[in-house]
Amino acid sequence: MHRTGDLFGQYQTLEQQKDSATLGMWLFLVTEVLFFGGMFLTYTINRSTYPIAFAWGSNTLDITLGTVNTAVLILSSLTMAMAVWSAQTDKKRLVTGFLIATLILGCVFLGIKFVEYSQKYEHHLIPGHNFDLSYHTEGPEGAAKLQEAFRQDPGLTAHTQLYVSLYFAMTGLHALHMIVGAGLVFWLILQSMKGRFSRSYNTPVEIIGLYWHFVDIVWIFLYPLLYLIDRHLK
Amino acid sequence: MSEHIVSPTVYVIIFAILIVMTATTAAVAFVDLGRFNIVVALVIATFKASLVVLFFMHARYIPGRTQLVIIAGVFWLAIMLSLTLVDYKTRRPESEPAPALSSMTTPAGYFAGS
Repeated sequence: MHRTGDLFGQYQTLEQQKDSATLGMWLFLVTEVLFFGGMFLTYTINRSTYPIAFAWGSNTLDITLGTVNTAVLILSSLTMAMAVWSAQTDKKRLVTGFLIATLILGCVFLGIKFVEYSQKYEHHLIPGHNFDLSYHTEGPEGAAKLQEAFRQDPGLTAHTQLYVSLYFAMTGLHALHMIVGAGLVFWLILQSMKGRFSRSYNTPVEIIGLYWHFVDIVWIFLYPLLYLIDRHLK
Repeated sequence: MSEHIVSPTVYVIIFAILIVMTATTAAVAFVDLGRFNIVVALVIATFKASLVVLFFMHARYIPGRTQLVIIAGVFWLAIMLSLTLVDYKTRRPESEPAPALSSMTTPAGYFAGS
């Protein structure tokens, strides 16, 4: 078992070794950009084809929960960056503390997503047999709006299901990445409690931090594209 | 190690800006800007993502070759989005009939002269 901070044979300096790890993680993140990019592309094409349905679908999402979740993830990126700083400045207890905060915030995010998914089920918005748009239209005003929407897009039911399918696929893929990230942060917590990270060796914290920030960035784009379509109309 | 350590003050300031921009994008969504709603939303999102990349992910402080990898990734994403949209946006609507094929598409037509 090598001591932490040791130079592996193929590198000339510790700095080069760390740069190499960072480059490796960025290369992986570039593949992730294209992975999520494919779904953003699908979203773009379908939204431009079915704007009414996408606006309708977007308005069935809870904007408060979505905005809170965005703030939760941004805060978790702050705590993650602070965990890296703590390692760089040899504050080993703070490393564990900030990592635990990051993990808790990640779990809060996933909890809120679970609540949102449950609401979708209760509101008859899971694409398929029980999908029922009229659940969202209380009273004569709501029914009139729904009728107007159907007039503009006769295929509204099918097209809104398309939107909700994309919502589940994109946020589901994102949540899967969050779960993986949570697992990685949990591993970091265990390592940090053994005092493994310091000024001379903090590479795992740094590169798992990069992954975590990337997942935050995906959400930063998902939030306006899914939650904020035509909110000014309804 | 000669690594550049970003101070917590910078992190907290960036965090504050990100929260303000989140509130802004939510508020602007309720204002009718017509076709510019999506533009404003994406500009704000890109600005937020840039802050995360530059400061939280330390992209300002890493070697140029790694920065090039980041730029390349964004560039490839741009190709995927733009070229696919060029395809879809230049398609004929389904209601339009296909143009008539010229007689040159069959051997008989080809050799019969124009």
